[in-house]
Parts: sequence; structure tokens; C-alpha cells
Amino acid sequence: MTIDVREQLPKLARRLAGEGASVAAAQRLSGGASMEMWSFSIEGPNGREDLILRHRAAPFDPETARSVTLATEAALIVACGKNGAIVPPVRHVCDDADGLGEAYVMVAVPGETLGRKIVSDARFDAVRGDLARQCGAALVPIHATPPPPELNLRFSDAEGELNRYWESYVASGAQRPILELAFQYLRQRIPPPAPPILLHGDFRNGNIMFHPDQGVAAVLDWELAHVGDPAEDMGWICTNSWRFGRPDRPVGGFGDYADLLAGYEAAGGKPIELSRVRFWQMLGSLRWGVMCLGMYLSWSSGLTNSVERPMIGRRVSETEADLVLLLEEGL
Amino acid sequence: MITHPKTEELAKAVAGWIDEIRPGLDPRNAFLARVAVNILGVIQRELTQGPAAEARALDGMAGVLGHPGEFAALNAELCERIRAGEFTVETPGLLAVLTTMAKDQVAIDQPNYKPEGTPPPGP
Repeated sequence: MTIDVREQLPKLARRLAGEGASVAAAQRLSGGASMEMWSFSIEGPNGREDLILRHRAAPFDPETARSVTLATEAALIVACGKNGAIVPPVRHVCDDADGLGEAYVMVAVPGETLGRKIVSDARFDAVRGDLARQCGAALVPIHATPPPPELNLRFSDAEGELNRYWESYVASGAQRPILELAFQYLRQRIPPPAPPILLHGDFRNGNIMFHPDQGVAAVLDWELAHVGDPAEDMGWICTNSWRFGRPDRPVGGFGDYADLLAGYEAAGGKPIELSRVRFWQMLGSLRWGVMCLGMYLSWSSGLTNSVERPMIGRRVSETEADLVLLLEEGL
Repeated sequence: MITHPKTEELAKAVAGWIDEIRPGLDPRNAFLARVAVNILGVIQRELTQGPAAEARALDGMAGVLGHPGEFAALNAELCERIRAGEFTVETPGLLAVLTTMAKDQVAIDQPNYKPEGTPPPGP
């Protein structure tokens, strides 16, 4: 069943801001391969509110199957926010009465999420040099939040992740020698276990709202949250697919490893070795490669028909180009 | 294949038309239209650069495996030998061949992608 978001929004506006409230502007935002995002404003008796609706459009695909529900996502944002994490305020978690399926509403936070702009736009020149440190610091309250037991978050360490992505890779039927070699290489170099903590799971340039003056303004997109190794969140933001054309700046295309690690430590995080981050960074490239295969499969199997999915399948080669260099350099 | 027009020219013509109508589309469709143009770019480059890339891959894989063959067969054998642990990062020539294959493929799929190890842009 397809939900017409635009049609349901006036009812939501009245529920949130009272009778007489109306929707002033509603627009589906571009991007977001597995989730719909809508920006909309409510004009009500108490003035105007700028909001974001996060809504799952496709009921199931291999990518979202690994994710948490949107209600869980909202609960995590609230829990981490209470613990000092920089998160968007959750305004409302939708239920059946809203007719929007799985969805929640958050307050719009001003800033920019487009990775390429954060990496290269002059508006971010002044703050850019501080972003890696801020990102390290931003992870600390997330990692320090006790995983709410009722949310039943999955646990996955390095070995678990490798096994999971190996299964996806094999099931895809693709034959990619570079991915095979990366699996082999990483399996032989699994770091010693770390005490498991709450992870954002998708902490990268593109999922963080950055403000040109303040820097980190909100950590977004919590659907892949789980429990595991703290270095996973650090490695993922260093994976080259999220450096947007600046591989010389390993943290998100804007900063250096040392600043990320120092920011984490200065904010009270338990120190993490660079080699451990590099392991997860390389596993990040492999993970993204396998995820791209999955995106292609969700199209080729007929689950989705977006023109975007098969094209993402052609992003496997970017991860291969990164992986061969990392295999050459070593961890 | 025939010319006047070549297949890649047909793809180019469609991409040009999508670019023309893109400014009039809503944000979501404008985004998807840009994806469509990128896809047509891949098709053009695969048609023009693909044959040379495949020839290099065949040469390289045959060298590491010690015998010639079809692309799919050599590629499958390479995967099997890595999976079996017979080939590793230490295997002479293996990383060089894989690097060539990856560079050629990313040049078709995303010519503007800057892989790991790319130096910073000049001033």
C-alpha cells in the first residue's frame, strides 16, 4: 500500500498544533535511498513550526531489514539526547491515527547535510578544521548511553559484521575478486574484542547536520544503530566513500585521524587506537561495496523500481578502488 | 557495430534531452533525472572504454593464473583461489592486476571518483 504523505499532512498538522492549524509547505527531500524525508511547516495558533517527517515508504528490502524500526530510532534519539548527544528534537512518533505508516516527526535543525558542500563549500571554510574533533566528541555521549533493554538492539562485533556481509556477498551471486581478498585480509586481522557499547551505526558525513558557524548541529539517520565496537562508528566516518572527493582528509573529507581521536578522548571517550579505526574503515569500504550489491539486487529482484538502485550497484567499483589501495598500504 | 549514429551517441542524445528538461522538474524527479543522466554516462563509457579495459583485465588475470581464458571464467577462478586461501595480498602480481581492474572499472562507473591515495587538489 502506498501512502500519500502530502494528503495525510493536514491531519497531522491539526493533531500537533490544534484545530485551525494548516500545512504551509511540504516537500519531499532528495536523497535517502531507503527512507523518505519530508520537510514541512505547520502554521498554527501558536505560530509556525518547521518540521521534518521521516517515513518508511518500502515495507521491506535487504537494506532496511537490518535496520531498527522508526519508533526504535526515535526512542534512541531521545535516550541519547538525554545523555547529552547532539540530536534533532523528536516532536512526535506517528501511530495508526496519523495514517502515515511507520514515521516520526522531528524539529528541523538549520544547517547542511550534503557531504560535498561540507567538504568544499566556502561557507564551511571557517569551521571545517574543527569538525573532526567535534565529530569525535559527538560520539562520546552516544557511546556512553546504556542501550535501552526494551529496544532489543542487535549486537555485532567485527567477526559478526564480516560474517554478515560475507553471507550477503555470497547470496548476491556476484564474483568480485577484490571484495574476496578484502574479506580474507580482514578476517586475519580482527582486533581483540572491546566491551560492547551503543553505536550510531551510520555515523558519516552525509548523516550529520553541520552548521556553518557552530559545526555539528544534529546527528541524524539512526536506523542502523546497534551494539558493538566503538571503533566501528569512527571507522565508518573515515571510509573514503564518505569523503566526497577529498581522500587526503581521512575524516569525512574534512579532517584528520588525530583530531577525531583527540576529540573523542578529550570528551571523555576511552582512547581508541588508530589501527583499530583503520580496520573498521577498511571494513567500511567492504561493507559499502556489499551494500551497493544489495541495492542492485533490490532492483533486479523487483522489490523496488527506482532508477537509483541499479546505479548504486555501479558504486561497488569505488569501494574496490579504495580497497586495493588499503590492501597495498596495509592497516 | 554501425555508425551514424553509434550506440553511445544515442545514449548521449537521451542524456542531453534529460538535462534540458531537468530544471522544470520537482526536486525528487530532478534528482532521479540526474541519476538517469549518470547512467547514460556509464553506458557511453562502457561502450567506448570497456573493450580496452576488458582486454587489460584478461591479460592481467591470465598472467596471475598462468593460463588464458574468457573473462567470466578467469574472474571466477581468481575468486575461487582467493577464497581457498591460495592467493593472498602476498601473491606476486595479484594486487597490481586488481588495481588495474579497479581503476578501469571506476573510470567507467564514476570517472570523477577520487580513490584512496589520490593527492589533494592543486591550488
